[in-house]
Amino acid sequence: MRIDARGMYYRDLNKMIHQAVKNGETEIVLDNVNGQRYIGTGINEKVRITVNGVPGNDLAAFMNGPEITVYANAQDGIGNTMNDGTVVVHGGAGDVLGYAMRGGKIFIKGNVGYRVGIHMKEYQDRVPAIVVGGTAGDFFGEYMAGGILVVLGLNRKPGDPLTGDYLGTGMHGGIIYLRGEVERYKLGKEVEVFELNEEDEKKLQPFLEEYCAHFGFELEEVLSVPFCKLLPVSKRPYGRLYAY
Amino acid sequence: MIGTFPRIPSGCAISGMMSKKGRRMNGEAVIKSIALMHDRSNGLGGGFAAYGIYPDFKNHYAFHILYSSKQNRIDTETYLKDKFIVDRCEPIPTRNVDNITDPPIIWRYFLLVDGKSLYDNAGQPVDERDYVVEAVMYINNCLDGAFVISSGKNMGAFKGVGYPEDIGRFFCLEDYEAYIWTSHGRFPTNTPGWWGGAHPFCLLDWSVVHNGEISSYGINKRYLEMFNYRCELQTDTEVVAYFVDLLHRKQGIPLELTCKILAAPFWQEIDRMEPEQRAVYTAIRQVYGSALLNGPFSFIIANSRAMIGLNDRIKLRPMTVGIKDDMVYMASEESAIREICPDLDEVWTAEAGEPVIAELEEGVEV
Amino acid sequence: MSVYLPAEFNVQIDHTLCRRCRRCVAECGFGTLSFKGDKVVADHKKCVACQRCVSTCPEAAINVVKNPLAYKENHHWTPEHIKNLHKQAATGGMLLTGGGNDKVYKSYFDHMVLDACQVTNPSIDPLREPMELRTYLGSKPDSLEFRYSENGEYKLKTKLNPQVKLDTPIVFSAMSYGAISLNAHKALASAAKECGILYNTGEGGLHKELYCYGENTIVQVASGRFGVNQEYLNRAAVVEIKCGQGAKPGIGGHLPGEKVNREVSQTRMIPEGSDAISPAPHHDIYSIEDLAQLIYAIKEATGYEKPVSVKIAAVHNVAAIASGIARAGADIIYLDGFRGGTGAAPTIIRDNVGIPIEIALAAVDDRLRKEGIRNKVSIIASGGIRSSADMAKAIALGADAVAVGTAALIAMGCRLCQKCYTGSCSWGIATQRPELVRRLNPDKAAQCLINMIRGWSLELKEILGALGVNAVESLRGSRERLRGIGLNETELNILGIKPAGR
Ligand code: SF4
Ligand code: SF4
Repeated sequence: MRIDARGMYYRDLNKMIHQAVKNGETEIVLDNVNGQRYIGTGINEKVRITVNGVPGNDLAAFMNGPEITVYANAQDGIGNTMNDGTVVVHGGAGDVLGYAMRGGKIFIKGNVGYRVGIHMKEYQDRVPAIVVGGTAGDFFGEYMAGGILVVLGLNRKPGDPLTGDYLGTGMHGGIIYLRGEVERYKLGKEVEVFELNEEDEKKLQPFLEEYCAHFGFELEEVLSVPFCKLLPVSKRPYGRLYAY
Repeated sequence: MIGTFPRIPSGCAISGMMSKKGRRMNGEAVIKSIALMHDRSNGLGGGFAAYGIYPDFKNHYAFHILYSSKQNRIDTETYLKDKFIVDRCEPIPTRNVDNITDPPIIWRYFLLVDGKSLYDNAGQPVDERDYVVEAVMYINNCLDGAFVISSGKNMGAFKGVGYPEDIGRFFCLEDYEAYIWTSHGRFPTNTPGWWGGAHPFCLLDWSVVHNGEISSYGINKRYLEMFNYRCELQTDTEVVAYFVDLLHRKQGIPLELTCKILAAPFWQEIDRMEPEQRAVYTAIRQVYGSALLNGPFSFIIANSRAMIGLNDRIKLRPMTVGIKDDMVYMASEESAIREICPDLDEVWTAEAGEPVIAELEEGVEV
Repeated sequence: MSVYLPAEFNVQIDHTLCRRCRRCVAECGFGTLSFKGDKVVADHKKCVACQRCVSTCPEAAINVVKNPLAYKENHHWTPEHIKNLHKQAATGGMLLTGGGNDKVYKSYFDHMVLDACQVTNPSIDPLREPMELRTYLGSKPDSLEFRYSENGEYKLKTKLNPQVKLDTPIVFSAMSYGAISLNAHKALASAAKECGILYNTGEGGLHKELYCYGENTIVQVASGRFGVNQEYLNRAAVVEIKCGQGAKPGIGGHLPGEKVNREVSQTRMIPEGSDAISPAPHHDIYSIEDLAQLIYAIKEATGYEKPVSVKIAAVHNVAAIASGIARAGADIIYLDGFRGGTGAAPTIIRDNVGIPIEIALAAVDDRLRKEGIRNKVSIIASGGIRSSADMAKAIALGADAVAVGTAALIAMGCRLCQKCYTGSCSWGIATQRPELVRRLNPDKAAQCLINMIRGWSLELKEILGALGVNAVESLRGSRERLRGIGLNETELNILGIKPAGR
């Protein structure tokens, strides 16, 4: 099913999408999207939604199942408190991507903004993941409590840092994988850099493969630079903050 | 500015009569009716509203205004001339009555609105009646020593400090002919000695006479203020006039439902209704809770086509309704009706919260 | 070191009455009492005066008194300051506390009195005549439209936003599972259901056993987003975005890992033993338009079927903030004053930040009315509501309903020892220790809550009857029915009330 979203208010567009899902549609293509918010929100079915154009903020917020592919850049707040499903963006994405995400996967071909993966958390078999093809802004993985964040730094302009400052500040769970090295001053006080072990490689590989499949990169090329990982040094970063 | 008055509780008598055919009658009968209930008032306020009294000026807004001094009158007239086309202005005729002392200066004006004035500062069109309401609010609240007691078309209020029968004679009401008369005798519990405080209270062609006290006054007033009504008089009656103006005239809510907002049914009753009616009354209570008039009251509300009697929802004040041919009577006591119409076709006491609405018959032009 | 600090309380055990049953030893959650030799002895320093031992001793052999030991009198350097300084000197940490602000700021509730009818209008007898407390929370339109139907009836044309019914204008405040025990949550939930009101999950997620109370549940979406998924949102009657809390405005939350046991971890959807950190702000709200975005994200996720509430702490500029919240599309504004309780907060913040609910509520209600948008939102007021009198006064100031947290805890047994943050609550409320949780019987605690709500509702009816009105909406915002005693002109002005005698 195709919907021409030109000039449509988000509420009407989302109502149409929800109705289509209710009617059993499994493939929905949205043309001429420009700024409509909350696409994918409130949908619990495993449908595929293709977004042609720039979707509005909070794409896939509270989403629970769909697979969304965006053929453009995306804005802020993608995957807010997302529970399940996949978001693939053939472009860059803005700030606060994957806030409090607790499941599902997000692949961004290009760069992402500030506070990405903030307060992501995992529980049992639900392990959310975000793979960033380009670079990330400050406060990447802030308060991170679980899940997997990956930054590849592909196609970087010379001098572009892989990530911003305060990397993993407040992190107390989960793993951040970085392709390349990271300067110590960028790290939040709660994290430490480690080398990858075999288990890490096993964990990382499928995400890299999926990234390459989505965006047509060569896996060898991606693997040509060694990765490092960041882990929280304590599950209890704030233990000694209080008098008795 | 008339100054802020402390709120004055009062008890009262009310009486109203209407010809559904639009037949006009002079003020003798209504005076007789309200006079019978002399003991329900204490001589500190009486008044009347009359509809159909200015047939020669029926398209004009008739402003009845009380003044404290000549200077106040001159200042107010300057304002009126600025806002309206003043087609006629004159003192309202009165006669000397022993018990009526120290009356204010009382004038009336027949006004038209120039269509060119009906735009606000932003160039947006303004409803003519809103324009008139604003002028009334302005005079009453911002001009010294002037008070508009009525402002409708082809109607007027006559009121003051004294027993209603004395007020009626003072204003020579036998010389006026109206198809609706309502009247009020007041029993305020202290003495402001101010003529504007008597009933009826009017706005545009609405008039309200009222017996009882509204215990929910505090929130009713604050609610109205949200819609730019200024309740400076501190009387319950004023609040009722504004409510009918807001709900019926401005929001277009039918009269019957307007009454149901003011005296809403209890939840227990609503819960037992059929789903669609339940939806209506649930919404009314949800949305208009602050417009619920709570406490003892009986009103007679009138406009140029209708006279409405309404009691509070647990019937704390009395009201009797009588019918004879085309005449409808409403009064605090049955005797006040029998006094002027001994031989009624039908008579009953109004039920709690159930409005009695008498309307001009279809096709009757007034 | 703590060693240098004298005990705050002395536990007095009458050994002639004591029958050596050792019950008190088990009852004390704080490890104060032990059995040595042939008698119970107390480590006085550990005692927090929670009165558990006193209340449960079968022989009434125990009494707890304030340690009479005096610091040298000093009106500036009070014993509390001295003690705190010693604690900080020993640890270098922030002082933590639980409960609500207990300092001697003026209580405006105690300086306002209600009106009653005499002669000129009648009071109403609530025991025999109808007296309506039913309240609907949700955004109301300014006006309604009707259509006249063929059968001579008026039908409703306007479609109202979702409204949630309360049988009495009270809800239970947000207290998370984690901060309080599951048994306490069960009691709140089942009491809410029985009373036709709402309880609030707080930010700790919704335990599966409480799913059946959905219709009586406010679920919170706080900055940590614990336990927030589609199911959680769908179960609720109201979804609340928690932006702030009266006891700690502008401060995030932190449930230490040791309280995150298996059950708590399931409900919060985080691994066992890990810290549950709630950032100070929502990181998707840095400005009011972001709040609007989140409000509508939730509305989209719940099909516009549930009111969205926004909870904020009462701070200086609360009126303007509330106006922004109303305009951002919230259906309910939940105002929490500085007396509001907490499971854990830095003492310095709890005792020094924020403003009283009476003042905040008056300012917000006024502002919303001035802007003509009071209908757009319902207001829930909380933060130190102690009795039906406080509730009636809050309603007269303009609240649609009040929220009670501390009062509800007290109804369940809490003695306000303010040690909730230790997780050792002897009353089984603010703890996850199974042996302590077990002693709070959810059915009995629920009955206590039901009793309290019933008592308050009866009292509110009496108050309304005395005021001569028979529906709570006639008191709501009716400041005419309040008078101030011992308030200066500015205070009267802000509260929008006259002094007694006028
Ligand atoms: S139970 Fe409470 S009052 Fe008794 S000793 Fe323990 S802490 Fe003190
Ligand atoms: S809940 Fe428990 S720990 Fe907290 S104040 Fe009450 S009795 Fe003390």
